[in-house]
Amino acid sequence: MNVVTPFVRAMNAVIWKDLASEWRSREMVSAMLVFALLVIFIFNFALELNPQVRASLTSGILWVTLTFAGTLGLNRSMAVEKDRGCLDGLLLAPVDRTAIFFGKAIGNFFFMLVVAAIIVPIYSILYNVNLFNPGLIATIILGAWGYVAVGTLLASMAVQARTRDVLLPILLFPVAIPLLVAAVKTSSGFLDGSPITDFVSYLNILIVYDVVFTAVAFMVFDSVVEE
Amino acid sequence: MSESKPRWLTILDIATIAIFAVAAGMVFLYAPLEVSMGQVQKIFYFHTAAFWTGMLGFGCSMVAGIIYLRTHNHIWDVVELAGIEIALVFCLVGIIAGSIWAYPAWNTWWTWDPRLTTVTIMELAYFAYLMLRAGIDDPDRRARFGAVYSIVAFLSVPLTFFSIRLFNTIHPVVIGSSDPGAAGTFDMTSKMVTTFMIALLAFTFVFIDLLWHRIRLGKLADKIEQKKLSLSE
Repeated sequence: MNVVTPFVRAMNAVIWKDLASEWRSREMVSAMLVFALLVIFIFNFALELNPQVRASLTSGILWVTLTFAGTLGLNRSMAVEKDRGCLDGLLLAPVDRTAIFFGKAIGNFFFMLVVAAIIVPIYSILYNVNLFNPGLIATIILGAWGYVAVGTLLASMAVQARTRDVLLPILLFPVAIPLLVAAVKTSSGFLDGSPITDFVSYLNILIVYDVVFTAVAFMVFDSVVEE
Repeated sequence: MSESKPRWLTILDIATIAIFAVAAGMVFLYAPLEVSMGQVQKIFYFHTAAFWTGMLGFGCSMVAGIIYLRTHNHIWDVVELAGIEIALVFCLVGIIAGSIWAYPAWNTWWTWDPRLTTVTIMELAYFAYLMLRAGIDDPDRRARFGAVYSIVAFLSVPLTFFSIRLFNTIHPVVIGSSDPGAAGTFDMTSKMVTTFMIALLAFTFVFIDLLWHRIRLGKLADKIEQKKLSLSE
């Protein structure tokens, strides 16, 4: 227990710092939210979502919206650390750097879930569909974690490059495609109410992705921030 | 450290050219003509071999990335970049050759088959790798980030493949149009197998030869970079 405690304490400190600063400024979540709503509206007009088309597209639209908004948040969360030299301050702290990674990742995860928790009901109201499905919620949690784990790792590299704002989506989307495919398929499986055996392999990919990339991020984050 | 070309490299150059000529000769003269597809089937030998080289390159870059992160020896960064550059070119060759074959065989240049899609996403991921490197000036940081991304990118490839393959088993339209070698659209005769093996060997030689050249080039580039730095100080 003694080995774990400093790690957890450092992680909690980072999470707490992120939540407190977000609570005071409300910059990131509000930007993500407005952006997500705009994406849904753009989809509405670009795809002319009539009821028949919509039913098969719901989970796709939700995930594209969430991932785009997520990219915005990930970029911002690392950019604020970089801009005023906060990252250097964090790294100077005599704690395990992996704790910093998990702190940032859990903070981002939380923000993404907040956005999802607002977007999903709004989508339900706008299109008069019932999206309150425990399976969908579980899928969003699993998908958001995988996305945030690999996203936080890549964002912490992207902010240190010259082309940082444009770089993150380019780095992140190619490696996030399996996660997105699996998340979209699992969500629509739950929403259609089809038997779980039909899409359980997607659910497995989602879990495998989460495990693999959490482990990779855990192992390599040290070398991303070392100076 | 001499900067002249090592003698073994010259020998490898010659051997590579020779075995490549043999492979090309076998494809056109030795391998029998496939009954239903005819001449266009001959692309298969080099198309598959090009992807073989591509996978060698990406795999090699991931291993080099891991070793770099453990040892921080700069040579592994050079190996990693060399592997990725070669693999990018050969995968592109494979995609284009596949497209040329697909038009007469499938009557379309492109389908959303898992192999095609996976390879294209992989190409995009490694183009992103090059862009990441281009955006970082500090050589040490560039090497570390490159190593991390080469690991992440290579790990995502099998997951992409499986996620899309499942996708297509639900839409049976695409199922018939998988790789001819795998789905058995044509049966390889023993002469075809021999030709194919020689083609693989030839491309492996090409890979090793290019890798060696590219590593040498990378080392020279490093040396120039260091000289420039010492001048400006």
